[in-house]
Amino acid sequence: MSDQLLQLLFTGLTLGSIYSLIALALVTTFKVTGILNLAQGEFVAIGALLAISLYATGIPMFAAFILAIILVAIMGGCLERAAIHPARRASGLTLIIITLGLSISLRGLALLIWGTDTYSLPAFSQGGPLIIGGAVLNPQSFWILGLAVITLSVLYAFLGLTYAGKAVKAAVINRTAARLVGINPNTISFWAFVGSGALGAAAGIFIAPVTMSTYDMGFMLAIKGFVAAVIGGLNNIGGAVLGGLLLGVLESYSAGLISSGLKDGLAIIILLVVLMVKPHGILGLLGERKI
Amino acid sequence: MWSKSLLWPAVILLFLALPFVIDSNYYLSILIVIGLYTIIVQGLGILMGYAGQVSFGHAGFFGLGGYTVAILTTRFDWSPVFALIAAVILPGLIAAIIGRPTLKLRELYLALGTMGFGILIHTLFNEGRELTGGPSGISGIPYLSIGGLSFDSDIKFFYLVWAVVLLVLIGINNLIRSRVGRALRAISESEHAAETAGIDTGKLKLKAFIFSALLAGLAGGLYAFYITFISPSPFGFHTSVQFVLMAVVGGLGTFLGPLLGAALVVLLGELLRWVIPLVIPGAGGEYEIIFFGLILVFLMIFRPKGLGAFGKNLKPPAVKPSVAPE
Repeated sequence: MSDQLLQLLFTGLTLGSIYSLIALALVTTFKVTGILNLAQGEFVAIGALLAISLYATGIPMFAAFILAIILVAIMGGCLERAAIHPARRASGLTLIIITLGLSISLRGLALLIWGTDTYSLPAFSQGGPLIIGGAVLNPQSFWILGLAVITLSVLYAFLGLTYAGKAVKAAVINRTAARLVGINPNTISFWAFVGSGALGAAAGIFIAPVTMSTYDMGFMLAIKGFVAAVIGGLNNIGGAVLGGLLLGVLESYSAGLISSGLKDGLAIIILLVVLMVKPHGILGLLGERKI
Repeated sequence: MWSKSLLWPAVILLFLALPFVIDSNYYLSILIVIGLYTIIVQGLGILMGYAGQVSFGHAGFFGLGGYTVAILTTRFDWSPVFALIAAVILPGLIAAIIGRPTLKLRELYLALGTMGFGILIHTLFNEGRELTGGPSGISGIPYLSIGGLSFDSDIKFFYLVWAVVLLVLIGINNLIRSRVGRALRAISESEHAAETAGIDTGKLKLKAFIFSALLAGLAGGLYAFYITFISPSPFGFHTSVQFVLMAVVGGLGTFLGPLLGAALVVLLGELLRWVIPLVIPGAGGEYEIIFFGLILVFLMIFRPKGLGAFGKNLKPPAVKPSVAPE
């Protein structure tokens, strides 16, 4: 029994790290621009599909990943300039509808390019499952967890060490104050979308070998990202990571121990319950934490 | 504008004569669907245009109304009228439960909450096999009969639906001019100012949300009586998106905006369904959503007030304050 619990924990953390990356992108964008980016899921789907298509052309897997991440990051930036920037003075309602429009347009675009077929990517490394403490673990899970940790480290290094990163961090902590010390909110908004594109694409690529990739895979993943972000309180980056991991583990245990049909519904039930009971996120229980 | 007072009765009379001119059930059914959607978008328009909130789950309330009628009439033998009343009340109750905590927060919390509700209820329609019939749905819903009058033909249903549309239109028009309407307009101008003036904005937003859910439930109930069959597919997330699109296209906070928006989006959808397979061979109906998405983006950027320019603005000519507060 404990083997199974360990295995489920591991599966949950693997999935959860993907949710964390998506939630991270959502929270950063939200804190910096006040926009909840409903198109985040499409960044994930297009990232995964692009990487698969690029890899299929014969270039090395690693190069395909980097290229896909860069392309989706550029796409994120272009969308910000094309659709968000012109409406930056509009109300929150207008902006959220714009991102919804972007989301369904991008999903349609992905449908035009990739059709309704499912695509898959081979695992990042060969070899059979690993057995640790009686639990059977998929090597891809290690890749996902490792890459998620690396992505997070790169992000933290960017935010803590570079000038641009510090500006974003300042805008995350307090948008108005950041503006007062001369940080241009338009620039930061642009980079937030570039970063969201890169993070989303990375999340999509990491999960591609585990799940089948389709043009509409982003929708449910984005919902999970929202739930993770809401669990964390939509307010801080640490909360988003924690929320993602928590959601992943809860899903994994409920699917493994109760019913697998419960998995997708669970996230939404958690979303509704958190919104109703603890709308500022569970971290509110531990006292307000910044970043 | 009272010189135009003959115009509207004339337009309405012409419209009422339509079923006798159109002898195609296809066109008549499109008009009925436009009417049903108009009812929903009227409520959504109040929520979006005045309370400044958005719901991405109104297809859920629409479906809830439909399933309430379907289940009560076929499984529990309720009379159609009572089933319809239940179909209106139940979505209102659910809206109260979702809306109460989330509306005190920023607009995106209601957006997320309603989106979650919409997906959850759609899943329940699909999975709750014993009650909802699963993906194959429920058939054999009786016709709506009020007193001795049975709405068993498209023409009768056309009049019923558009009578409801007209009633809702008149009701909203009166509402906007009442005390509640003035408070709602105050919120749409400035929430802080409204609060300073003593308006309980959270409570009012909740009322607007419940009202919009009641109307969606009503439309859903009528839909079930019209089609006499119900399945989960028309109540998915994309339908919620379409409702938002209709509200935005028609123009938020305008008198005829909901009608205009519902008509344009339904007609565009029908047109795309016909044109897209000619342009992209083998393409299914999924492609129309691209166009809806693009329209949504362009409208919000360039015409956030919608296309309802010729629709009369519901806001009566405001008394301009001598000093315009920023």
